[in-house]
Amino acid sequence: MKFKSQSIAYHFFSLSMVLLVLQIIYGFIMGFAHMGYDGLHEWIPFNTAVTTHKNLLVVWILSGFMGAAYYIIPDESDNDLYSLPLAKLQFWSFAIVGVTAVIGFHFGWWEGRKFLEIPRPLDYLVAGNIILFLVIILLTLLNGKQKTTTSWVLTMGLVFAALLYLPGMIYFDNIAVDSFFRWWVVHLWVEGVWELIMGGILSYLLIKITGVDREVIEKWLYVVVGLTFLSGILGTGHHYYYTGGPSYWLMVGGIFSALEPLAFLAMTVFAVQMYRKGNKKHPNKLALYWTMNTAIVSFLGAGLLGLAHTLPGVNLYTHGTLITAMHGHLAFWGAYASLILAIISYAMPIMTGRKIYDNTNGHLAFWCSNIGMIAMTAAFAAAGIAQVYLERIAGFEFMVAAEETKPHFFVLIIAATLFTVGIIFFIINFLKFGKPTDDAIQSEEEFEALKSA
Amino acid sequence: MLSKKQAKIFFLGGTIFFMLIFIGMSVHSLTVGIPENTNDSDITEEVKLGKLMWEESNCMGCHTLMGEGAYYAPELTRVYERKGPIYIKTVLNAPNGWGPRGRKMVKYDFTPEEVDGLIAFFKWMNNVELNGFPPEPSLKQ
Repeated sequence: MKFKSQSIAYHFFSLSMVLLVLQIIYGFIMGFAHMGYDGLHEWIPFNTAVTTHKNLLVVWILSGFMGAAYYIIPDESDNDLYSLPLAKLQFWSFAIVGVTAVIGFHFGWWEGRKFLEIPRPLDYLVAGNIILFLVIILLTLLNGKQKTTTSWVLTMGLVFAALLYLPGMIYFDNIAVDSFFRWWVVHLWVEGVWELIMGGILSYLLIKITGVDREVIEKWLYVVVGLTFLSGILGTGHHYYYTGGPSYWLMVGGIFSALEPLAFLAMTVFAVQMYRKGNKKHPNKLALYWTMNTAIVSFLGAGLLGLAHTLPGVNLYTHGTLITAMHGHLAFWGAYASLILAIISYAMPIMTGRKIYDNTNGHLAFWCSNIGMIAMTAAFAAAGIAQVYLERIAGFEFMVAAEETKPHFFVLIIAATLFTVGIIFFIINFLKFGKPTDDAIQSEEEFEALKSA
Repeated sequence: MLSKKQAKIFFLGGTIFFMLIFIGMSVHSLTVGIPENTNDSDITEEVKLGKLMWEESNCMGCHTLMGEGAYYAPELTRVYERKGPIYIKTVLNAPNGWGPRGRKMVKYDFTPEEVDGLIAFFKWMNNVELNGFPPEPSLKQ
């Protein structure tokens, strides 16, 4: 790495790993509850587990984004981080607020609004924390020797993600209005500005790993994020089909949602083409695997599986069923979880000086977690399809349908176990790296890495 | 061949254009569409209390309403019509917590006013226009 301050990313990546493990544990609690084994009901009822599971996801992905930004922005702008002590303060306050929120959920301290359950007083702390984070990143970027497209796209993604959090903090008496704005936050995050962040990180990784000319990669980055917004902004309409909005959203949401996979396909083609054009073979195979995984699985999970139930005529039957869980799991895994694992795999060897590029643990982590997640998606699909036919088409009561889907949750738990094994291997590698060291500070990291290959 | 500058214009132009359309449609939805579809004027103090209870109890953590929430317990958009107020009251007041077919619901200690609020909230929700959701089961015997 170029600057010592970049190693603050290690704190954020460690936090991500801890929260990911917790997220998986709560996932298992829910899986078992669906099968009828809800022995923890008195202490961790389902609504606590689901809220904790989802918010841990959001917090560990955000932590990964922040770590990535602290690593990438100094490197891209060729400027030391504006203030390392402030960044440390930001890390600890972020971790404390996140952990407080998660503990609070177990005592009913929440807002009861899907994905935005963090209670209002903590919302203000989150907002303050994010402002501090953005100030550090922006001052680093603006005072930098160079302002690259990659760093601007990443930073703008982070700025707009923060701004879009605000509509979720307004209280409305009409739950349909509340829901309308909730999707401004959630949809415009995951199918909008988070993809700017994703595009920025992906383009940084591709520049480093493939050696393709920056100008070429950044040109296509504009095209990819352009397609994202072209389809994603009005694609928000697919959340407004059946939640109290006017009927024109059926047509507008349907058309633009159908275009959304194109943006993800563009991302895939972009990454694969850049890899094929690449003239240098970076020794960090694991970072390459995870980078390509992000580009490919995000298309499958977010693009194709999204399309599978986004058209109004289909969504009328699948809306509010386990089909959504099917799409959600592979989408988040492909687009965001893989991305964080990619930047961790790339940055850790450079920060610690330990060249874990291509070991067995790393490959086991990659294949077990991916196969596990794809099998989980298949289990959710089976359960979801059964639920749709039994409940929505044949008209059975909810619990009658739920009884019939229990075997699929058994499969889900088996698949989730394989997934967990993969994550354990990833964490073993993460621990093997140890902590960042000053010895790893050097100016031209990627070429150093090549020489030692 | 596309230049970087043209790509940038495509990105910025497209984003601003579609964002403006989205904001326009959102303003229309919020000022005309949603108030009409949801009978905004029917939202009484009782309904507001019910909505507050819905959120504070995190009902969405198990149930869905307008198809939104978790998938562990039934969809409640039309529960008022499907089950009726007496059934709902029985569920909310179940002394040991409701638990159909072994699936346990959290036991809440609602006051009578809060129970009435939730019932009023479900009654209001029952009349909300949702473009045909939830669909009528086509093969129901």
